[in-house]
Amino acid sequence: MLTQAVTFLIFFAVIGCILYGRKLIKTEKVDAVFGNPERALGGTHWVIVGSSFLLLIWLYYSWDIAKGFYPKSANELCQVAKVNDSLLGLKYQFPIEERELKSTSQIKKENKNLKNINIEIQSSENLNNEQKIILVSFINKTNQLIPLLTNEDLLENETKQKIYDITGKINLLTEKFQKPDYPFETEQELNDRLKAVSEEGGWGITKIDAGSGTIENTIEVPLIPATNKGLKFHAAAQELNLISDEFFKLRNHNPRFKNKIKEIKDQIKTYRKSLDESEEVASNYAKNIMKIARRIEFASIYPPNALDMMQNAIIKFENVQIKAQGGLRFIDILLFPAGTIVASGPSCSEQGSGRWLPKPSDTLNKFILMSKPSVGYKDIPLLWIDMVDVSRMIGFILPDWIADILPGDYPIHTNDGIVKQNFKGNVLNIVTGNFKLFKVPVPYGHIWDSFMRVFLGLVFGILIGVPLGLFMGLNRFAKGFFDPLIELYRPVPPLAWAPLIISVLGIDNTGKVFLLFMVSLSIMIISARAGASGTQLSKIHAAHSLGASKRQILRYVIFPNSLPEILTGIRVAVGMCWGTLVAAEFLAGTTGIGFVENVAKKYFQYEVIWITIFIMGMLGLLFDITLRKIIDKTIPWRGKG
Amino acid sequence: MSDLVSQDLNMIFKTPKGETVHALKDLNFTLKKGELLTVLGPSGCGKTTLLNITAGFIRPTSGIIKLNNKEIDGPGVERGMVFQQGALFEWLTVAENVDFGLRMKNEDSIKTSQKVNEWLEIVGLKGFGNTPTYQLSGGMQQRVALARCLINDPDLILMDEPLGALDALTREKMQSLVLKIWKETGKTIILITHSVEEALLLGERLYVMAPRPGRIHKEYNLPFASMGLKEDLREIKKNKDFGEKREEILEMIWNMEEEIMGKEI
Ligand SMILES: Nc1ncnc2c1ncn2[C@@H]1O[C@H](COP(=O)(O)OP(=O)(O)OP(=O)(O)O)[C@@H](O)[C@H]1O
Ligand SMILES: [Mg+2]
Repeated sequence: MLTQAVTFLIFFAVIGCILYGRKLIKTEKVDAVFGNPERALGGTHWVIVGSSFLLLIWLYYSWDIAKGFYPKSANELCQVAKVNDSLLGLKYQFPIEERELKSTSQIKKENKNLKNINIEIQSSENLNNEQKIILVSFINKTNQLIPLLTNEDLLENETKQKIYDITGKINLLTEKFQKPDYPFETEQELNDRLKAVSEEGGWGITKIDAGSGTIENTIEVPLIPATNKGLKFHAAAQELNLISDEFFKLRNHNPRFKNKIKEIKDQIKTYRKSLDESEEVASNYAKNIMKIARRIEFASIYPPNALDMMQNAIIKFENVQIKAQGGLRFIDILLFPAGTIVASGPSCSEQGSGRWLPKPSDTLNKFILMSKPSVGYKDIPLLWIDMVDVSRMIGFILPDWIADILPGDYPIHTNDGIVKQNFKGNVLNIVTGNFKLFKVPVPYGHIWDSFMRVFLGLVFGILIGVPLGLFMGLNRFAKGFFDPLIELYRPVPPLAWAPLIISVLGIDNTGKVFLLFMVSLSIMIISARAGASGTQLSKIHAAHSLGASKRQILRYVIFPNSLPEILTGIRVAVGMCWGTLVAAEFLAGTTGIGFVENVAKKYFQYEVIWITIFIMGMLGLLFDITLRKIIDKTIPWRGKG
Repeated sequence: MSDLVSQDLNMIFKTPKGETVHALKDLNFTLKKGELLTVLGPSGCGKTTLLNITAGFIRPTSGIIKLNNKEIDGPGVERGMVFQQGALFEWLTVAENVDFGLRMKNEDSIKTSQKVNEWLEIVGLKGFGNTPTYQLSGGMQQRVALARCLINDPDLILMDEPLGALDALTREKMQSLVLKIWKETGKTIILITHSVEEALLLGERLYVMAPRPGRIHKEYNLPFASMGLKEDLREIKKNKDFGEKREEILEMIWNMEEEIMGKEI
């Protein structure tokens, strides 16, 4: 429903914006010459066209349009797939989709095999003449098997009758299939089926696993036929399966053929037994000839025109079922681009772009589901608020040794088994957070964890990197002393450090924050240093003549002068940290957006993967916009000095 | 005695390549309190070097320079500097730039803001106190630089081509402003310029410097600055005496330049 509305909306938006844009181009005086950047300004309508196209392509290639407009089509196509699959077993005997009759191609193949083996034997140096003569006689006998199968006159009446029966069944099915009330379903059957359908759920439905509270992947396309049309195909497929089973059991073995093949087998067996170990080559050739004979035995080779009637019946049914598909065929061609459901056969899964490209509607549904704190991912919400007592934070901040260094002893229980609290004990309760105050909301969850890691890594990087960078920009010793250290670790891709740092500092926050600290530190040092050493000498001279001390010059001239560089550095560092974090969370950990994506990857949860990609993109964008706003606010003089 | 006295001042630079440049050679001069000295000379004759030494930004190779009988051995508030490009702090507003020196001394903020307003009025920037400096024109920026320097009440004001980057009209107005301030405050001023006219107009005394090694080539005592306090500057330029002096100095500098070019070719 939503998909339909969105599709229509963006469709008309695109058309409207294109018309508006054309009108604008016509009415606008085109006075700007080519190459003038002014010409690229404005044009929100083209933004709408661009993003709408993107969404439209997504909707189309994820098959969401098909799902939105024809929600039953996948299920029906699945039933068609079943029919196709059942028909395939019958069809492949005939030149319907193949080039030639199966019998013909098999005869060709075995003739060729016999010829090859003949040539090999004739030219073999490991065989003596006597062996060669015997083996060639086996080949000739095997060759004589084929006419025994293809001779119309030798076809037994019983076999003919069977072929006739099967053909009759196919024709009957064709007739029934065309009737509107096929297949007949009792009230009971109908109710059972509809119940099963509703239990199975619709196309691409997502369910929450009641046990773990996480979203589980369910079958993509429902198997049980939900519509009358689908049921028709489903029933036909089942009947066809029975028919093709029957056909496969049928063998064209007349008595003469049976005798002949028994004779060949016996002769070869005896011959092989008569050979001793030194004549292994001959034995092997004999074995290979026997293999060919057996293949001919099981190949269901028929006389050239024996199956003509059956072929016609199958073609007729094929035409009828294609006709019965009606509009479904066009839906399949038009609305299931880059793949199809029919190709999956009776397994009813999406094959093609619809498989790995999640539908926008499903993605949105899952995202809404995952956003619920009770669902989340792996028992942890994406972003939620927890009420935490302030005492716990106080206990976390205050070190425990404060209580230890106080004079006196901790309380000891008395003879009555009562513990009397004393001052030292009370202090211990405070520094360990073992008391109650009031509760404050504290955010937590995957998004919050990722955010905090970046934030902390960045803050530490700034707190240490900026002063150090400024110092290095102004002091020869500092520059010389710290440069090797920084230049040694900076060129190494941050992720290369990750395994080391994570194994030393642990997979939890400490390791990741330290990794991000390393990333941001080098960036902040370099930008602060560039800012400091880029200060114009005349400004520093001016400050000196105005009576500023060294410290004041640092605080009031060099620092503000480096601020643009520092803030740009922060912006770069945020981007780098964000990229590194996600990859680090891939490596190890139990929370964070990268972790969610990594787990989703393991279970092929494409929607979740896309959701995490969106979350990361949005958060990255949010960081950047916020920083850009801050930069514009704090250093309006940038580039104007 | 609040004179600026220079005795046998020598400045020899060593370039990283190992060459030596004799930027100033045996400079001897005395500048009395309240005098306005303009310095003229071809490019590279050591004018900026002289000013930097006076300001205390660099130390001379040999010789002594004293202000008020005290040897100059570093930058100080008693010597204010105005640079060619203003060298304003663009992250501060006009008023914050002007009171920078007072703030560094932690002076009373009410008094400071009073002073700032006074000085802004003197340099003709009343009402621009809260404007960011990057929004000002070149002439306005130089006024701010002047006010920033003067609010500290220095004994000596050093100006290195302060009007060099301004257009002719603005420049003329600023020249009057410099004269006006000179008269009203009675400060000692050294002003470096490339314009012969400006040097003649503003300089009570005028040094023409010669390069390689940098030295004082000729010294003038001029009446035009005192005239400029009463008369219109453009009228002075029409003065016959003024024209003669201008031709003389121009020729002198031309000859020097020719000599340099000849040497180099
Ligand atoms: N730090 C330095 N190292 C080496 N040589 C220097 C240095 N500073 C100045 N010089 C040289 O000293 C000489 C005088 O330079 P100065 O800047 O004083 O010239 P100027 O008269 O101010 O020239 P201009 O009119 O172009 O500003 C020049 O030849 C210059 O190359
Ligand atoms: Mg100079």
